[in-house]
Amino acid sequence: MVEVRQSTIIDAPIEEVWAILRDFNGHDRWHPAIASSEIDGGEPADAVGAVRHFRLADGGELREQLLALSDKDHRLSYCLLEAPLPLMGYIASIRLKPVTDGDATFWEWRSEFHPPAHRRDELVKLVSEGIYQAGFAAIRNLLRRRDVLTPAEARPVPAIAPSKSSAVAPRPSPAPSSESGEPTRAILVERYGGPEVLQLQEIALPPPAPDQVRIRHTVIGVNFIDVYCRTGFFDLLQPPGVPGMEAAGVIEAIGPAVSGLSVGDRVAYACPPVGAYAERRNMAPDLLVRLSDDISDEIAAASLLKGVAASFLLHDVHAVRPGEVVLVHAAAGGIGQLLVQWARHLGATVIATVSSNDKARIVENLGAHHVIVYSREDFAEAVMRLTNGAGADVVYDAVGADTFGGSLAALARRGHLVSFGQASGPIGNWDVGRFASKSITVSRPNYGHYTDTPEKLAPHVGRFFTAFRERAVRIAAPVPYELAKAADAHRDLEARKTSGALVLLP
Amino acid sequence: MTKVYVSSVIPAPAADVWKVVRDFNGLPGWAPFVAESRIEQNAHADRIGCIRSFTLRDGGRIREKLLALSDYDLSCSYVILESPMQVENYVATLSLTPITDGNLTLAEWQAEFDCAPEREAALTRQIGSGVFQAALTALKQRFGR
Repeated sequence: MVEVRQSTIIDAPIEEVWAILRDFNGHDRWHPAIASSEIDGGEPADAVGAVRHFRLADGGELREQLLALSDKDHRLSYCLLEAPLPLMGYIASIRLKPVTDGDATFWEWRSEFHPPAHRRDELVKLVSEGIYQAGFAAIRNLLRRRDVLTPAEARPVPAIAPSKSSAVAPRPSPAPSSESGEPTRAILVERYGGPEVLQLQEIALPPPAPDQVRIRHTVIGVNFIDVYCRTGFFDLLQPPGVPGMEAAGVIEAIGPAVSGLSVGDRVAYACPPVGAYAERRNMAPDLLVRLSDDISDEIAAASLLKGVAASFLLHDVHAVRPGEVVLVHAAAGGIGQLLVQWARHLGATVIATVSSNDKARIVENLGAHHVIVYSREDFAEAVMRLTNGAGADVVYDAVGADTFGGSLAALARRGHLVSFGQASGPIGNWDVGRFASKSITVSRPNYGHYTDTPEKLAPHVGRFFTAFRERAVRIAAPVPYELAKAADAHRDLEARKTSGALVLLP
Repeated sequence: MTKVYVSSVIPAPAADVWKVVRDFNGLPGWAPFVAESRIEQNAHADRIGCIRSFTLRDGGRIREKLLALSDYDLSCSYVILESPMQVENYVATLSLTPITDGNLTLAEWQAEFDCAPEREAALTRQIGSGVFQAALTALKQRFGR
């Protein structure tokens, strides 16, 4: 059996707090985890034996029975009858005591239950933080809001009136949160446009919803998809909105309906919705990746999205086999560097294209078998020459307009063109009928379709981190920019000035 | 039967506060109105039934007998045997409860007694504000942050 006991001080008279808590059917009006509640059979809510049937914000349904209610002791006890979680034999009680010195209220919420051994810690945490502490915070906020409306004189006067100056003892770190939320710095896109629309502003971050966590970012990844969001090419961002889909950081707060994560956990993510270009954000935890100690925040933010993309590009979209000829465009870019190294590790012959001699040296160092500087020579001809006229089995092309035609020409018979981006512009219209001349396959993969559930995402994350640990892929230290300089990062990325990954530091 | 109840939040963990208040002979160390104290017959201060005899700063003398002491519940109860306050059947309990949110302590001090009706209001004020709250305020300041 475990006992959970949480207590706090609410800065309001006991009768005011009790008036809210004694209503056994009223918890859906204050507790953030509870969506709706009703008493079975229409019994009054203060009849001992009444059963409340309620639904959580995440859809779970529970039934609890009132065992005792005392207006004398400001105490109520209840037990769980049905729940979607194994909180066996859960009996809980709420007890209030007056703090006469300052006219505040002591509130203790405690319970006993028998959890299955392997879920003990998780359930204790859920109850103590997700239910009790979240409830404390909710009541505190509710009363604070009322306070604004109620003149202080209207409050009842305590029986023994101590000097008001002593009030309640100062508490460490009283979270100063207003109704509109905590201020946090973020890059806000108020209209689609060039890099100049990336403006640093202070926005109000509300507390996390019941099914969300709050993350304090430590390093934020910059990806070309962020440019597409900024310009409106992708509708993932609706102005005014915060761009960014990749970051690493620390869990700072947890909604009451979230389980399996703890405050202080190191996590990273690479997924919509947008909102990563900020000091802090709230988001659903489904696609969060927990970071082990050997993966730094910097590496995670610089490589998770690119690593996951490289994983599905090389394994799912096209399963690269040993001996295949793989052509990688923009090979010195963030994802290009990963594709080069990983394809080589898989046993392929790797031909890389880059725009300059400097980038050629980078890609050679990564292990590319052949490097083509496409500004100096026609890469399709070069591929044919290097492969004795056979062509590439697969081409990874995120350059788009400038390379699409050449990529088709560089393909082997039954070759596969994987078009996963268009940094130089849209690919235009092509006559699919003519692809039959070489039995060409063209894929147009969308990141989200390969990563939008934990089941789809997890194998790629695991595969990528394994490749990183085995040094099959090396991640260069990313180029850091201050969050406020996000526009510079976009300018440099679009001007092809960069190699490797870019990150923002909040 | 008259009741007095006073409570305060002490800015320290309950175990730390309990170390101070559990000593039935320790009032001079923290209660501002107590000048000196001893345990009669040289008994240990945590022996149930022992009697503390103490002198107030205003010169008054009080004898109180320890009825209950719990290191588990962090509470201490005692009955007044002799005092200048003209009260009967006076039983008081001082108890601590941990406040997990911030690792603080709720200190509660309550008493029940009988007295002449015309003295009830004055005694309630004297005991509640003058004794219990004054002592808890001193305790708060002792642990003040």
